[in-house]
Order: sequence, then C-alpha cells, then structure tokens
Amino acid sequence: MRNKTLAAFFAVFFVALSPLAARADTADSLLNVSYDPTREFYSAYNDLFTKYWKAETGQSVSIKQSHGGSGAQARAVIEGLEADVVTLALAYDIDAIAEKGKLLSPDWAKRFPDNASPYTSTIVFLVRKGNPKHLHDWNDLTRDGVAVITPNPKTSGGARWNFLAAYSYGLRSNHLDDAKARAYVTALYKNVPVLDSGARGATTTFTERGIGDVLLAWENEAFLSLREHPGSFEIVVPKTSVLAEPPVAVVDVNAKKHGTEKLAEAYLRYLYSPAAQQLACDNGYRPRSISAYAHCKTHFPQIDLVTIASFGGWQTAQARFFADGGVFDQIYQPH
Amino acid sequence: MARDSIPGRSLALGTTVTLVTLLVLIPLAVVGLTAGGMSGERLSAALLSPRALAAFRLTFGASLAAAALDVVLGTYVAWILVHYRFAGRPLLDALVDIPLALPTAVTGIALATLYSAHGWAGRVLEAHGLHVAYTALGVGLALAFVGFPFVVRTVQPVLATLPVDLDEAAASLGADRSTTIVRVTLPLLVPSMLAGFALALARALGEYGSVIFISGNMPLRTEIVPLLIVTRLEEFDYQGAAAIATVLLLASFGLLLAINTLQRRLTVARSGT
Repeated sequence: MRNKTLAAFFAVFFVALSPLAARADTADSLLNVSYDPTREFYSAYNDLFTKYWKAETGQSVSIKQSHGGSGAQARAVIEGLEADVVTLALAYDIDAIAEKGKLLSPDWAKRFPDNASPYTSTIVFLVRKGNPKHLHDWNDLTRDGVAVITPNPKTSGGARWNFLAAYSYGLRSNHLDDAKARAYVTALYKNVPVLDSGARGATTTFTERGIGDVLLAWENEAFLSLREHPGSFEIVVPKTSVLAEPPVAVVDVNAKKHGTEKLAEAYLRYLYSPAAQQLACDNGYRPRSISAYAHCKTHFPQIDLVTIASFGGWQTAQARFFADGGVFDQIYQPH
Repeated sequence: MARDSIPGRSLALGTTVTLVTLLVLIPLAVVGLTAGGMSGERLSAALLSPRALAAFRLTFGASLAAAALDVVLGTYVAWILVHYRFAGRPLLDALVDIPLALPTAVTGIALATLYSAHGWAGRVLEAHGLHVAYTALGVGLALAFVGFPFVVRTVQPVLATLPVDLDEAAASLGADRSTTIVRVTLPLLVPSMLAGFALALARALGEYGSVIFISGNMPLRTEIVPLLIVTRLEEFDYQGAAAIATVLLLASFGLLLAINTLQRRLTVARSGT
C-alpha cells in the first residue's frame, strides 16, 4: 500500500519530467523505451521497420523513442511511462518490470529467440593511441599507476557487465577460486579514480577530460568513440569477456490497453530479420545471425565470452554482487 | 495590535494551509510513511552504515562550507552592484542569476571539464598540488556555484535601501569608512545574509545534478547523500531511499528553522532599537 502511494508519487514526478513521456495511445504508434547507447541504432531501425510494415500491411505507423539509463528507464515504466515495448541493457531490468510492475509475464525471455536478445555485445578496453601503458589483458589493469575508468555498477547497467567481465576473468585465471576473484576485482577497483553514474558519463570522462588510461566500454560504444575521435584511441580486446545480451520485450499490459499487441510483437520480431541483423551489425552490435557478419561494416574480433547464466542468471548475480552489502559494496568497506 | 488590522485573516490562513499541505506536506508525509514501515535493524543499516555516515558528513559539511563561502562572495558582489556604477554592470547583474537558469547537469559537466586535471583551470591548480575535480573540494565548489545567486539576491535589495543618513551620521561622529562598514552597515545586513545563507544551504543539501559529475562518486570519500538515495531507488529499495531522504529532510528542516529563528530575532532586535 505504502509502496503504491510512493510509486504513484514518483510516477507523477517522472512523467512530469520526461519530455518523452508522450503516450502511444493509438494503434498505429508505438513507444519504445530503451537505454542510452541504442539511440543511433533504433532511429535507423525505426525507418527500416516502418517501411517494412507499410509494405506488409499498408499501415503507416510512427515509433517514438525514449532513452536513458537502463535501470531508470525500467523504473519509469513501472511507475507509469506507457511503453509498448522495452529494449533495455539487462534482463534484470525487464524482470523488475514483470515483478514489481506486473506489466508482463515473468517468462518474457522465452517469447523471442535467443533469450529475447536479438543482438549482443561485449566489454572491451578503450586505451589511448599507441597503448602507452601496454595494457593487453585484464591482469594489466591492476598494475600500480594504471587508472581504470568504469561507471558505478550501483547506478549503471553497463557497469554491471564490466564488473562481471572482470570477475569472470578473476575466476578463470584462479581456478574458479571466489576469494581470489574478489581480490582481483578489489585490486581493479582500487585503480578506479572516478565512478561516473552512467556509461555515457564514463566515456566522457575518459575521452573528453583525458582522465584514466583505459575505459571499460561496451564494444559498440568503443567503436563509436573511435569514429568520433579518429586517431586518439584504440581498442584492446581482452582474451576473455562477457556476452552481454540486451533483451527486448513487449509490455503486455500497456500494448493491450493501446491495442498495439500485434504491432509491438512484429516490431520486436523483425529485429531478427536479415535486414535488421545487418543494421545491428553496422551499428556495432554483434548480430545473432551468422550470415549477417559476412556483409558487416564492423569487424568483430573473436573473444572467449562467458554468459550471465554462468553467474546463475541476473536475479542471482544482482543479489550477490550489486545489492546493498553485496560483493561490490564490500570492496569499499572501510578497513 | 497588528494581528487583525487587515481583514481576511482566516481566509488567508486557510488557503495557505491548504496550499502548503498539497504542495509540501503530503509529498513529505509520503516519504516519511514509506520509511516508517522499516524495522529498526534495516533502518540502522540504511542510516548508520559507515558509507551512509560518510555521505551525510560530506553533504552537510560541504553544504555548510559552500553556503558560508556564498555569504562572503555574495555580499561582496551585492556591494559592488549596489555601490558602483560601471560599464557592464547590468551584464554582471544578469550573470548572477545564471546558476539558477542552467540545467544542473550542464553546470556539473562544465565544472568537471574546467577543473579536471587536463582542464583549463584544473591544470593550473594541479600544478600547485590542489586537486578540485573528483574531491570533496569539487563537491563544495559545485554547491557554492548553485547557491551563490541566493545570497546576492537577498542582500542586494536590503543594501540598496539602507538609509544614507546612517553612513553620514556615523561619519559625522568621527567614524572612518571601515568602522562605518563594520559597525553600522554589516549589522544591518546580517539578517539578509542569514536568509541568503539558509537558501543557499537548502539548495546545496538536496543538490544532485551538478555534483555527481564533479564528485567522482567514490564510496566513503566523495559520495553525496542524494546519490545514495538514487542508488537505493536503482535497487528498487524505496524504503531505504525514503529513510535517507527523511533524515536529510529533518536535518535540513532543523537547520533552516534555527537560521530563520535567529534571523527573525535579529530583525526584531534591530527594529526595536
């Protein structure tokens, strides 16, 4: 009851604040609530999809976008932002919409192929031109005098992938010894001078402000930084990393209310089409379709990738690593 | 005597109470109620962890320091704006309000860029061993920036309407210029300086957007209370967020009440003599 009251209060607050809180209440418009780095991809995809839909059904549709930190976006949907579909950074955030908001079924991840993640990404290193600190793999990041830039996993979805990539390196290089993996991430975070609240903020700290020797970055963001600052940075690919699976889902309750169930379903389904897979690839996301790689503008290096399943899924990983008092908080316990 | 000299007292009181209830009390009560359902154990974990305590120390310490700095700088700028006529004065006057108009994120990003190790100001300061960005000093700086206009705007009108004959009387009694300022002008300004201090402090305690970019957000060192609240919300821990918010609110309310009472006493004492 109390949570409801507060939720209503925050809903009013967020809806009033969000300029993109426009409601998609007619059957020919969709609201896609997404996270920060997908802005470029989805604006291209929306063009592709509306053309496809027009050719298929003769109906003209308009797709609205909203971007922000993945967790904050999930909260906005729970508290009343009427998204027809969500395309977020972590399954955990969509789980929260299912669990706390009761806006879709808890088995949402089974509704589309590949854990409902039409494209994937991973975490790589962005270093300064010429790699002056000779950073080649995870073990180099804990050396004295190396400054690592990564955002705060308490407030950033991307940062949680970074943390898990580092932790999985710590496990695998120490025969799966948890204590040693913790020691590794503790040493790594000792080298982090700034914990920005979001992934875009961390990128700015590294690229614009010149802080740090290495940025732990989404692969697609790293490609974007290379394009925006030609000649300033290079990508270093560690031997191991995580398979980041940004998931998509129809927000059933909202879609039903708006009469957009079929459209929303088709919008997400079409992400798996050859044309959309190609587009994802060109925007720096790893496509699920193997054949899309062949014509892709981006070259994706081979990395040994661990999945979130090896941490027992997001619910388990969140509780163990990022909840209040979890492994991440213990790094910053006063000694 | 003054109490009923103007009609409509109960109507005015009624509307005021209704508006204050709708705009302030109900949202605050919801925050308090949400936190109210917590067990004592969870409450103390949320409020008394070393991390929360460090954040409270930083937020209150930096806010008080920033508001104090604002009083000095703000009074000085108000003095200049009132007493001197110079080219560009209207421009300076308008510039004072800019911190209120800027989106706080813009302020934060601009300050962080300016004061980071490679920034225009940061480079010079770091050469002298002074680190501003990503330290408590940076937090104070951002808070001083956003609170500055409040002091100028509360002191300036009072300064402008100070009777000149007081200065002249002091001078005729043999006081030199600096004695006049210290013994006559400043005491008259103190209530408005206190009011400015209270406003700047209130703004600083709740400030989020401009600080998180320059603070670096390191637990135990540069993490502010509003960031802790956002962190709890990120974890869908509304109760934890509300508990921290309630403490921040109560402490802020206490501080503001004390300052306002002091200010009123001073004003009454002055007008009484």
